[in-house]
Amino acid sequence: MNATMTPSSQMTSSLIERNPETPITMVQAINEALFQALESNPNVIVFGEDVGISGGVFRATEGLQAQFGEARVIDMPLTEAGIIGSAYGMAVAGMTPVAEIQFADYIFPAFDQIVSEVAKLRYRSGGDCACPMVIRTPYGGGIRGGTYHSQSPEAYFTQTPGIKVVIPSTPADAKGLLLSALQSPDPVLFMEPKRLYRSPKGLVPVDPTPIPLGPARLVQAGKDLSVFCYGAMVDICQAAATKLQESDGVSIEIIDLRTLSPIDEASILASVRKTGRALMVYEAPKTGGYGSEISAIIAEKAVEYLKAPIKRVAGLDTPYPYSLESVYMPHPVRVMRAMQEVLGF
Amino acid sequence: MTVSASSQTQSTQALIGFDPQGEMPSNEVLLKMYTLMLTLRFWDERSLKLQRSGRISFCVTTKGEEATQVGTVAALRATDWVFPAYRQPGIPLWRGANLESLAHQIFGSAKDVSLGHQMPNHYSFHHLYYASVSSVIGTQIVHASGAALAAQAKGTDDVAVTYFGDGSTSANDFHSALTVAGAKKAPALFFCVNNHYAISLHVSQQTGAKYLADKGVGYGVKALRVDGNDVLAVYQTTLAMAERARRGEGPALLELVTYRLNPHSSSDDDARYRLKGEMDGWIDKDPIPRFEAFLLEKGVLSLPQVDALKIQVEADVLEATKIAQETPLPDWQTLIEGVYAEIPATLQADLDDLLAHEQGLSLPHPGAFPL
Repeated sequence: MNATMTPSSQMTSSLIERNPETPITMVQAINEALFQALESNPNVIVFGEDVGISGGVFRATEGLQAQFGEARVIDMPLTEAGIIGSAYGMAVAGMTPVAEIQFADYIFPAFDQIVSEVAKLRYRSGGDCACPMVIRTPYGGGIRGGTYHSQSPEAYFTQTPGIKVVIPSTPADAKGLLLSALQSPDPVLFMEPKRLYRSPKGLVPVDPTPIPLGPARLVQAGKDLSVFCYGAMVDICQAAATKLQESDGVSIEIIDLRTLSPIDEASILASVRKTGRALMVYEAPKTGGYGSEISAIIAEKAVEYLKAPIKRVAGLDTPYPYSLESVYMPHPVRVMRAMQEVLGF
Repeated sequence: MTVSASSQTQSTQALIGFDPQGEMPSNEVLLKMYTLMLTLRFWDERSLKLQRSGRISFCVTTKGEEATQVGTVAALRATDWVFPAYRQPGIPLWRGANLESLAHQIFGSAKDVSLGHQMPNHYSFHHLYYASVSSVIGTQIVHASGAALAAQAKGTDDVAVTYFGDGSTSANDFHSALTVAGAKKAPALFFCVNNHYAISLHVSQQTGAKYLADKGVGYGVKALRVDGNDVLAVYQTTLAMAERARRGEGPALLELVTYRLNPHSSSDDDARYRLKGEMDGWIDKDPIPRFEAFLLEKGVLSLPQVDALKIQVEADVLEATKIAQETPLPDWQTLIEGVYAEIPATLQADLDDLLAHEQGLSLPHPGAFPL
C-alpha cells in the first residue's frame, strides 16, 4: 500500500460519536487521535507492549485492536529496542509507525535506536532518507510510581538534534499535537504527562483538528512575570498564579511550551522582553534540565530586559523518590514562593 | 563433519520433574521450605489487602511461583550472589531477612533500608547477597554474568544467579548476559521464571521459539526446562546445575515453568487477556498443596502441624505489617541521601531551602498508581 495522508482539512471521522460539549480526559483524547489516524491513513501502525488485547496499561489504545485488527495494532514482545528499531524499519519502508514505550523510564533500552539511528537518519543521508514516526511515552511523577515509573527524561532527547520533542498539557492539545506529529516529516517523541491522563477533563474537537508543532501556547497573558512550563507543571503554575494574583494583585504570564524541540524561541523572548522577569518550572532534576536551556536563551538574548534574576523551580538533583514524592514534585506553594521571590527582587 | 550434541546432553524439551532417587533436603530443610512457601502466600494476601484498603500504594505478588523461589534458594549457598526481579521476596526471607524489614519497604517507612526511595516490593539486602531490585525489565540478568566473572577472578567456587520472567528473554540484557556467560564459561545460573504472562502478553506471543530454554542453546549455555511448580524438582535441578558451574563446567539457563495466579500487579485487570480456562489446570498444580501432600505422605508433617503452622505464619505476617504501618515516613534528608556517597553541597542547599520554607506544610497527595 502506498496511500498518502489525507489532508487534515478533509479529515473526518465516521466512527467517533460523542457530544463535543462534553469534556473528555487526555487519555480519551489520545485514543481518539489514534483511532482517527488509523481510520484515515492505512499506513498508520500502532504497536508496543500491552497495547492490543489489554488496550495499554493506561488504556490509551483501548479498542483499537478490536477495530483495526492485529496487523495494524500490534502487541509486541518485551523489547523496547526491538520496538523502536522496528519502527525505523517500518518508516523507511513507507509506513507511519506509532510506537508506544510503556513508561518513559523504560525508553533507555531503545536509546541507541532513537539517538543513533532514528534521530540521525535524515542527517547522515543528507536528506536522502528519513524515518518519520511517533514515539508515544507516558512520563512524569505524581502517581506514586517511585524511581522507575515517574521520571521526566525529556532533556536527554532535547539534546538530540533530529527528533522533535512534544509534550501536551491539556486533552485538546494532546489530540491536536498528536495528529500533527503523525503528519510530521520527522520523528517525534510525544511525551504524555501521565498524571494528567484522567484529570482534569477538557473540551476537545471531535473532528481531527491538528495543532501545529512548534508554537508555544499562551495559557494566560500577564505583564509582571513570565512563567515557562510544560506538561503537568502547567496546571501547577496556573494554580500558583491564580492565588498570587488574588493576594498580591500581580499580573503573571504563563507560557506552555508544548513543543520543546525545536524550541519556540520567539515566544520566549517576546514574553520576557515584555515582563522583564522569568521563572522556569519543570519536574525533572534541575541540573541540565530543559528550563536551563530557556534560562540560557534569555541570558543570551534578553538579559538587558531583565528586572530580576531568572529562577528555576525543578525536581531535586536526585533520582525520583517514592515515600516523599509530595516533597519532591514542584507544587503550587513552591511555585508561588518562587514567583514572589522574582517579583520582589 | 559430524554434528555433536554433547554440549546439550539434556533435551530442552523434556520437562524435568522430581526424581525420587535424586538428592533430597533433610527433613528440617523440607520444613523450612514449606514454611517459607506458606509465608509467601500469606504475605501476598496481606499485601493485597493493604493495597486494597489504601495503606500501601501498590503490590506485586508471587502467588503460584513460590516453588521457583524456595526450590532454587534452598539449593544455593548463602554466599551465592542473587540478582532478582521483583517477584523473589522468598530469597531474602530464606537467608534470614525478617518479615518486618520487608514490611518497612512496602510502606516506605523511616525504617526501610532503601530510605523510601522505591516502590513496594523492590527490596535490597546486600548483606544477604541479594542485590537491590530495579523495575526495569531484564537489566539484572547480565549482572549475574558479571558476578560470576568476579567469582572466577577471585578463585572462589561461588555461583551467581539471576531471576527474570518470560518477557525478559526478549530484552537486550538477556542476550548480553548469555553471550558473556557462555563465552567465558562463567559460573552463572539464569532462572527464567516462565509464568506465562508479561503483563498481558501470553508467552506464546512473546517468542517464535518453541521453548524459552531453547534460547540458551545458541549461546552455548546449558538449557533445561523444569516443573517450576514442583519445589523438589526445582531444588534438585538447581543443585545439579550449581555444582556443575562450581566445577567450572559453565552456566545454565533453567526455564522454571510455572503460572502467575494473580494479575500482574494490584493495578492490572487480567480478565482482559487471560486465556479462558487456562487458570483451572494451573490451580490444580498449585505448588503449595502439592508440596504439602508430599510432606504429609512422607510423614515429615502431620495435619495438626500444618494447621498450627498456618495460624502462626499468618500471625507473623500480620504483626510485621502492623509494626511497619505504625512507623512514620522517612525524614526529608533521606531525599538526598544515597545519590552519591557524599552529598553534593548544592544538593544539600536545595534541600535546606525546602526544609526552611515548606516543612509542616500540607503538601498535595500524589495520585494512584495506574498499572
